[in-house]
Amino acid sequence: MFRQIVLTALVAGGLAGAIAFGAHTLKAVPLIAQAEVYEKATPASSPTPPHAHAQAADTPAHDAWEPEDGIERALYTLLADLVTGIGFAFVLVGAIQVRGRAIDATQGLMWGLAGFATFSAAPALGLPPELPGMAGDGLVERQIWWLATAFATAAGLGLFAFAAPLPLKVAGVALALLPHVIGAPVHPAEAGPLPAALAAEFAAVSLVTAGMFWAVLGGLTGYFLPRFARPQPLAD
Amino acid sequence: MTFLSANTVNHVAQAATVRMLAGALAILFGTFLVLGAGFAQPSAVHNAAHDARHAFSFPCH
Repeated sequence: MFRQIVLTALVAGGLAGAIAFGAHTLKAVPLIAQAEVYEKATPASSPTPPHAHAQAADTPAHDAWEPEDGIERALYTLLADLVTGIGFAFVLVGAIQVRGRAIDATQGLMWGLAGFATFSAAPALGLPPELPGMAGDGLVERQIWWLATAFATAAGLGLFAFAAPLPLKVAGVALALLPHVIGAPVHPAEAGPLPAALAAEFAAVSLVTAGMFWAVLGGLTGYFLPRFARPQPLAD
Repeated sequence: MTFLSANTVNHVAQAATVRMLAGALAILFGTFLVLGAGFAQPSAVHNAAHDARHAFSFPCH
């Protein structure tokens, strides 16, 4: 069983991560590069001088090591996409195992849709995908809201889909809505240097790419999980 | 009516426990990987994963 979980997560997650890397390189990274031009050219009259956020205690400094632009930076993006893809694959396979029903590619697609709702759609509702130069203080608060929202969405969807009693289903919907009632710790909108059209284009690219990633991950997980199973001696 | 021996019931219960445990461990390990790639604070990790973090719309800055 452990072998089945690990093989499925590595293969499905690795392939989905590689596809995400392709989409990121073609669509998202060029927009990030454009945004960095604005981020670095922020005029002195702006309320946020360049790299002011580097001094914030909870924000990573940009003076530290960073990969060289070009091949090295692309390779680290590939590595991060693969680790993220395999990580999400372990979470997805784990959830399918806890549920404990047989699965195929079509049902895997449904699980992938739930993953998209949990890790892309719901967090983006409060914290839209951001480009370099768009946000400043409160990184940790936003990370906590993001993670709490993902957790509440996953638990809420699980209750709604799998709990039999109606009150539990209703509780699941309420749980999924709760982070949005509380509200995200949004950075106060200020006149940043980024053109709104660039930010809008990036938000669309990021969400569409994520939707593709989760469809591929879910479908492949559903396809591979039964194929990596060993015959169970106790199954009959 | 189906009669199951106590032994069979035991085996089925054990298999379900192992399955749930394996699933929970997989979720924990996957969360660890995603937190490392998407959320870890050290600057070097942030800068290495920078473009992927933005593209996956994790909060990055």
